[in-house]
Amino acid sequence: MTFDTASTSMRSKVRTPSRAIRAGRAFACFDRPFHWLALSAAMSLLGLLIAIGIALVWRSELSLRTFGLRFLVQSVWDPVRHQFSALTSLYGTIVSSVIGLALAVPLSLAIGFYLAELAPPPLASFFGTAVELLGAIPSIIYGMWGLFVLAPIMADQIQPAIQSVLGSLPLFQGPPMGIGLFTAGVILALMVIPFVSSVAREIFTMVPAVMKESGYGIGATKWEVVRGVTLRYGLSGIVGACLLGLARALGETMAVTFVIGNRHAISLSLFEPGNSISSTLANEFTEASEPLYLSSLIELGLVLFVLTLAIQTISQLWLRRVERSMGGVR
Amino acid sequence: MKRPALGFLALLLLATSAVAQEFRGVVQGAGATFPYPLYARWAYEHAALSGVRVNYQAIGSGGGIAQIKAQTVDFGASDAPLTPEELREAGLVQFPMVIGGVVPVVNLPGIGPGELKLTPELLADIFLGKVQQWNDARIAEVNPGLKLPKQRITVVHRSDGSGTTWIFTHYLDQVSAAWHEKIGVGKAVEWPVGIGGKGNEGVSAYVQRVKGAIGYVEYAYALQNDLAYARLRNQDGYFVAPTIESFQAAATHAQWEKAPGFYMVLTNQPGEDSWPITGASFILVHKEQKDCPKARAMLEFFDWCYRHGEKVAVELHYVPMPLGVVDLVEAMWEREIRCGGKPVWERRR
Repeated sequence: MTFDTASTSMRSKVRTPSRAIRAGRAFACFDRPFHWLALSAAMSLLGLLIAIGIALVWRSELSLRTFGLRFLVQSVWDPVRHQFSALTSLYGTIVSSVIGLALAVPLSLAIGFYLAELAPPPLASFFGTAVELLGAIPSIIYGMWGLFVLAPIMADQIQPAIQSVLGSLPLFQGPPMGIGLFTAGVILALMVIPFVSSVAREIFTMVPAVMKESGYGIGATKWEVVRGVTLRYGLSGIVGACLLGLARALGETMAVTFVIGNRHAISLSLFEPGNSISSTLANEFTEASEPLYLSSLIELGLVLFVLTLAIQTISQLWLRRVERSMGGVR
Repeated sequence: MKRPALGFLALLLLATSAVAQEFRGVVQGAGATFPYPLYARWAYEHAALSGVRVNYQAIGSGGGIAQIKAQTVDFGASDAPLTPEELREAGLVQFPMVIGGVVPVVNLPGIGPGELKLTPELLADIFLGKVQQWNDARIAEVNPGLKLPKQRITVVHRSDGSGTTWIFTHYLDQVSAAWHEKIGVGKAVEWPVGIGGKGNEGVSAYVQRVKGAIGYVEYAYALQNDLAYARLRNQDGYFVAPTIESFQAAATHAQWEKAPGFYMVLTNQPGEDSWPITGASFILVHKEQKDCPKARAMLEFFDWCYRHGEKVAVELHYVPMPLGVVDLVEAMWEREIRCGGKPVWERRR
């Protein structure tokens, strides 16, 4: 499971080419077809991505032509008068995902670090499995739990407590209903933690012991080693883990639909109901019978598609720069 | 005693086998989710008797309309009727199959089912966000003697497009000029206030969770979840409670014979015992049928549902169509549904 065992077993194989590999030479003629098979599998994935993009543009053409750029900057959503735009859903998607990540990333890094460095091995493998099991729970279960268990707790305890301390801020205005952007963010955090923390754990175990030991050797404390060595060494991997989490948060549908409140409105307060792109799609797709309505929903999908693509591209570019500035440690 | 019973059984077998011999396939239907439990149960019981299987997929009214237009199913089902023009364009006929009622439900401490009374104007103004507190003077005025809490009203509506919303907004549109001007009628509308729950179960859950909430759900959900429904003032000025009888009263008082293509919405119907937010769920079939035995078997199924499916319907909290309306529907079948130039349905002699 962990990187150590994998690397040691690999090393032992490299040293003595096993009989199986030598026998495999007889089948060297399979190399070329295998190459093509692997290539075509990879290319078909790229093809699929392009096909999805084309299909989204094609099916949202009516809405693209009708609303143009207005679609991105207005906040109206009126199926009766055929006026649609993306801003409210886009806002809810981004805000709920940011809340989710803001809560999940520090926690996940702490969990990952604890499992990789501090916990005694039996405990670490037990906790590691438990965290991964959390990731296997279907999102609808998170949604139901969010609505029936978390929302009342938020309404009765957590939100009033936040309001009693920070109630003067515009972020926490309104009656504490337990349903809204904030609760959606909390649910997203819970769903993202298993992914980010297990990737973070893998990354922390990959940091060579010699680097950490030299840190301790010059008298650094545990915290300083974490900050200066482990986190820096694993930066690109950690950013990758966060992006994985962000991708999951942006596209998460059912769990968010249950607790976000499903209201087409932008409000500064995180306790007010809102909606996300995917929750709007989940809610309205089945009964959208008019062409413009359907086309607008598909354009919402296109917006989400472009958003995810843009985030991935920008972060890849940024990562490359960081790596170069760090002298290409990895 | 035994003999006549046997004879009756033989007759029944003969009657059903006449169909069974001709058609042994599956009738495909798709559409509204609201009547799905009932249609599935009807199909199951009818199949046991006749051997004709009816497969109904609850994909939503919009999907049902699209599928029947594309002829991928034998019948579609929709909670909102198509207009006569739409029917003519697509070569379809429609008829009401079952009645449902939409019920306003509230969560107010100390107020049980049927204790709160609302006028149509009040209901509209609450959902418009004009009345915001439960102890508002206008609510108190129609509820003398009821202790109304000082509590903010939280409106709960459907977040998904739905026939329930269509019926509810159709009602508000008729009773409130402000609603008509600002919001209008639709399966999804731009709600001025409130939070959205997905499905009847989502709205029920939100109403149960949030103190001071008011929402609207299908009758069956109000019963099953023990929600406190409100009584409404109907067109004749009486406060009525939502019951199977009051829904049927609305369907009976509606003037079906004057509605071309059965384009009839049962909201705000006359009659002193009519529940004002009633609606029918409709079946859509093509006028020109291609497979005659199948078309016949399909209409046999609907006829059986009308005439023998009442008990099951009531058990599941649906409201059967009054038989007077059924006669009108079957007369329409005889007039309009053709297969190979001949009528598919003949009146029973």
